[in-house]
Amino acid sequence: MLRLEPRQTTSVQMQYATPVIAGVLTIVAGIILFSSLGVDPIEALYTFFVKPLTSVYGLGEWALKATPLLLCAIGLSVGFRGNVWNIGAEGQLTIGAVCGGGIALAFYGDEGPWLLPLMLLCGGLGGMLYGAIPAFLKNRFNANEILTSLMLVYVSIQILGYLVHGPWRDPDGYNFPESRLFDDYGLMPVLLAGTRLHLGVIIALVLTGVIWVFMSRSFQGYKVTVAGQAPAAAAYAGYSRKRVVLISFLISGFMAGLAGITEVSGAIGQLVPVVSPGYGFAAIIVAFLGRLHPVGIVFAAFLISLMYLGGEALQINMKLPLAVTGVFQGMLLFFVLGSEVLVRYRIKIGTQAREA
Amino acid sequence: MDGMDTALAILVGTVRAGTPLVFAAIGELIVEKSGVLNLGVEGMMLVGAVSGFIATVLTGSPYIGILVAIGAGVLLSLVFGCLTQLLLTNQVATGLALTIFGVGLSAFIGLDYVGTPITGLRPIAIPVLSSIPIIGPLLFNHDLLIYMSVGMVALVTWFLYRSRGGLILRAVGESHDAAHALGYSVVKIRFLSIMFGGGMAGLAGAYLSLVYTPQWAENMTAGRGWIALALVVFATWRPARVLIGAYLFGGITILSLHVQAHGFDVSSHLVATLPYIATIVVLVLISRDATKIRLNAPASLGRPFHPGA
Repeated sequence: MLRLEPRQTTSVQMQYATPVIAGVLTIVAGIILFSSLGVDPIEALYTFFVKPLTSVYGLGEWALKATPLLLCAIGLSVGFRGNVWNIGAEGQLTIGAVCGGGIALAFYGDEGPWLLPLMLLCGGLGGMLYGAIPAFLKNRFNANEILTSLMLVYVSIQILGYLVHGPWRDPDGYNFPESRLFDDYGLMPVLLAGTRLHLGVIIALVLTGVIWVFMSRSFQGYKVTVAGQAPAAAAYAGYSRKRVVLISFLISGFMAGLAGITEVSGAIGQLVPVVSPGYGFAAIIVAFLGRLHPVGIVFAAFLISLMYLGGEALQINMKLPLAVTGVFQGMLLFFVLGSEVLVRYRIKIGTQAREA
Repeated sequence: MDGMDTALAILVGTVRAGTPLVFAAIGELIVEKSGVLNLGVEGMMLVGAVSGFIATVLTGSPYIGILVAIGAGVLLSLVFGCLTQLLLTNQVATGLALTIFGVGLSAFIGLDYVGTPITGLRPIAIPVLSSIPIIGPLLFNHDLLIYMSVGMVALVTWFLYRSRGGLILRAVGESHDAAHALGYSVVKIRFLSIMFGGGMAGLAGAYLSLVYTPQWAENMTAGRGWIALALVVFATWRPARVLIGAYLFGGITILSLHVQAHGFDVSSHLVATLPYIATIVVLVLISRDATKIRLNAPASLGRPFHPGA
């Protein structure tokens, strides 16, 4: 019989080992999955994990797709540390795209170098305000933030759909549900010629550093951590739970909104009915895979980004459905969470010694 | 009488739209009563929907499809059970993982079946009763699953409040340490509850893909799994109120369809937000009274159990 024995202190080695263990288990599960589909697992895994990175363009795409994941995940990690569950990053991302993109459309034909910073600011603020709704409902009415933030995802997608099908549709666009293409001032500068990699990745890395400092050096960041790890201690010390909820949502909402506007002003260049292939949800995996630590999250964002690229490569080269990405992401999160047990418990073989 | 027909169509549509919510929410209610929060309902519904649909296409029988959907829901819930009950993972994160996995898995295995036509489950008219005007079509001319959903609510009510098993299940949910001290196997009881929740979520998904639509489309649950979770809170963890809540939401969905059919010039996108906004409003109204939630929610909800920890 296997049984679990609690450790006196959490194992530091295991904290570093668990993401690796989870990765290895995911690859093993992937081999089983591909074999059961009658696909050569070695070729499939090579196509999934290595092939996307064999060109400069591919490397650019890698960082490009990691950008929104990193922005969303680093914001979410603040709340997750404080036991505040913002599940609606996808919605805040969408509203960020709507608000920032709206600025680009409002000033169409009347732009200057100030346009892009204004778009980024409005995108971030839009996401932040949208994220403030579940926080307000939680603090004022005690409504479960998981459910309200998630419901708002569906609402946001319909709002975007309404705008691009209706008032914001490109007048010269042959009735396609798309906005105008943004003017050059409304587009992210490309960093590397021959790729689509844009300034957004730098913004994401800088803000990751800012949030790292906030969480590890500021008193408010400390309060968030205490609220998550020892709620009773936080309450006894007089730390306001409501403020933790609000700050978590404002930060994660702002970051998700920024992710949305960097996507539409970077990779897409206009508003379309679907601006994200689920980055806001995948960011939850990124946050946990990175063990809620900024450095870990950067690595995790690149790994999950690779899974998006890998899914596309499998679809093009081996005619496998794009949904492989989702299956892999889900499996990875299962393994990350499951191997977490090793940090807090020892696995012992044999039954527990009985007291006489 | 045209108005009467419309009203009747709305009421029948309400019941049909509410039924998947009844199944999913009554399953989750049992899970939560045992002290476990499974946020994977949406994922289990999708996997149930797709596997039930595929089984129906392959065998030609929606009844086999329903059984397969229940089985698929149970299987997926076992993953959640093993992680949360044996490896003591965070229930919120694991439930989310289950949903993300279920969304991906269902899209993956259902790819070749998008748009495949099937003959869904047909209504069963109860002889004599179904020919009563108005009441007949409203109450006695439904498919098997609608009758089953109402029966299931009655069964769960009886089980929870009138049976010994229900008492034990509630005890585990209120205080797992006390239940453990009394010699009940907390982990086993929670496993069984999780499996029941999985089966019901699978059935809810099958209702969508075999009866309501009937077809398979990626992400066809459109958040109904999450609405079911909200319904459990709305019902303050009481089975009969799940039924009321589910039909309320079914009604909102159907009404928003009829608003457009009757020529009101409203964007279909904005109308489609109504069920989600309604969910938020209802959650706010119910949760406003924090004491009421505290008194009704199972006290051990979401807390991991490790004997001797």
